[in-house]
Amino acid sequence: MNYLEFEKPLAEIEGKAEELRAMGRSNPEMDIAKEAEALDKKAEAMLRDLYKDLTPWRKCLVARHPERPHCKDYIEALFSEYTPLAGDRNFADDHAVMGGLARFNDQPVVLIGHEKGHDTKSRIERNFGMARPEGYRKAIRLMDMADRFRLPVITLVDTPGAYPGKGAEERGQAEAIARSTQKCLEIGVPLISVVIGEGGSGGAVAFATANRVAMLEHSVYSVISPEGCASILWKDAEKMREAAEALRLTAQDLQKLGVIDRIIKEPMGGAQRGRREAIDAVGKGIEAMLKELSGKKPEALIKDRRSKFIEMGTKGLAA
Amino acid sequence: MNWISNYVRPKINSLFSRREVPENLWTKCPECGTMLFHRELAENLNVCSNCDHHMAISPRDRFKSLFDTGIFTEVKVPEAVVDPLHFKDQKKYPDRLKAAQKATGEKEAMLVAEGEIGRTQVVAVAQDFSFMAGSMGMYVGNAILAAAERAVKLKRPLILFSAAGGARMQEGILSLMQMPRTTVAVQMLKEARLPYVVVLTHPTTGGVTASYAMLGDVQISEPNALICFAGPRVIEQTIREKLPEGFQRAEYLLDHGMLDRVTHRKSLREELITILRMLTNQPPAVKGDLPAPTPEPAVVATPAAPTAG
Repeated sequence: MNYLEFEKPLAEIEGKAEELRAMGRSNPEMDIAKEAEALDKKAEAMLRDLYKDLTPWRKCLVARHPERPHCKDYIEALFSEYTPLAGDRNFADDHAVMGGLARFNDQPVVLIGHEKGHDTKSRIERNFGMARPEGYRKAIRLMDMADRFRLPVITLVDTPGAYPGKGAEERGQAEAIARSTQKCLEIGVPLISVVIGEGGSGGAVAFATANRVAMLEHSVYSVISPEGCASILWKDAEKMREAAEALRLTAQDLQKLGVIDRIIKEPMGGAQRGRREAIDAVGKGIEAMLKELSGKKPEALIKDRRSKFIEMGTKGLAA
Repeated sequence: MNWISNYVRPKINSLFSRREVPENLWTKCPECGTMLFHRELAENLNVCSNCDHHMAISPRDRFKSLFDTGIFTEVKVPEAVVDPLHFKDQKKYPDRLKAAQKATGEKEAMLVAEGEIGRTQVVAVAQDFSFMAGSMGMYVGNAILAAAERAVKLKRPLILFSAAGGARMQEGILSLMQMPRTTVAVQMLKEARLPYVVVLTHPTTGGVTASYAMLGDVQISEPNALICFAGPRVIEQTIREKLPEGFQRAEYLLDHGMLDRVTHRKSLREELITILRMLTNQPPAVKGDLPAPTPEPAVVATPAAPTAG
């Protein structure tokens, strides 16, 4: 287990329990069961306590946890016959964006998501989930196809943001994001989006302009990273805690602001501690949202999506 | 409307207006350092007469130089919720807003107007970089939606002048949501088959570039304008190397196929007329027949006209 900074006290207790058990294994005559159990209980209580009321900044850390399930994990567990479709037909295939055909509960769908990678090699290959224009243009192509063959689109959002690189800018990063958002608004099929980790700014919007947007309990979605915001407004990147607070980027706040439709509960201690549980919960969420939209006519889906974004922020601000 | 609000208030406002302070009579060109006299600069549409550097121009001055005889009617923009997040950094967001209102004499970072250019009726919308870096929040979203709705209702083309540092952080996620929101506005124009011409001005960056500013039927930029998603400093920090000369400037984007044209501010009006008349299937404009905009009456400080409602 990779402990986050604020989980250090927990790491200590769990470490002690582990040590004790190791000692017990090498000295079978010692009775450590009771003590170890007490430590476990203490750790569990502490975990519950830590996660009961996570501050926005801590949520950012949890959302970025390297052991959280990523797009690839969700695809493997929740979808069958996943058939990746590559490339934007112009320049390249962007490995930061996974996409293709798949079946969800036997229903064919088009699947698009950011993938961050799980070790150094795959992280570099996936560019840490930061897409280039080709990633958005691949998504546009896939959404177009979904529209033509009347397949629902499911997007999994998990990106620190669109890649701020030289080539990406030269090839029209801004235009690619704008067109992807536009495509989201155009398609006459259900579009469902789940923020599974980080919803980083425009790079997230390009996939999440959806009929239904859900967020995992400890995921975040923001116009700018707390560090970026702190360095601009506070002139001090170390003020990220304050910035995270002010930006209102947690799933709970975003639901109150009417920006997202649903929060998917994570297991105690975050998705990284119960990967399977978290994945299943996301599966149930997708199922429920698909059901809500089933039977709706293409025009109605387009109209609903538009009105939703036009009205956003104009009413029902339970802030 | 009464004489107090029509006469006394603008008078009072203009008394305190920064633009009449004598030290503002001269402006130093940030590019070449030439000192430019205000009257000359205004006549030259805020373009440096020495090096052609295009300085920022307020939406009001922009419209005065755009519309026939300089006459236009403001289109009302629906109010937006002020400070939806109760955002506070080192300053409170409402205080920043008030300071910007005082400094610019404008209510917010976007102005919408309708009128005629070359006798073609259009709706125009211009972003004000001097107002909190032109940043896009709920109000800017409302302005673009209002402009698009007006254009659709009157079946007129829409011209948009962009200038922004990006989304307005103080409105958090709601500023981000202006990306899809303004894209809906662009869709409305597209479906009504109305021309949507974007004029990108210095600088246009971030979420603004990544939404309505890059979705025009025709994309024109003023010379040397910085146009990007991620700013040059962010990129240099990421890739840890120096960026090439002119990177992310209008001419660079033109070279890379991201723009249709780079046009000098002085030729812009003519060019917009030509393009719009063709896109709306009208006969060519008769040269000399077009009512030119009135020459800018120098330093008549645009009073902070308290827009009703």
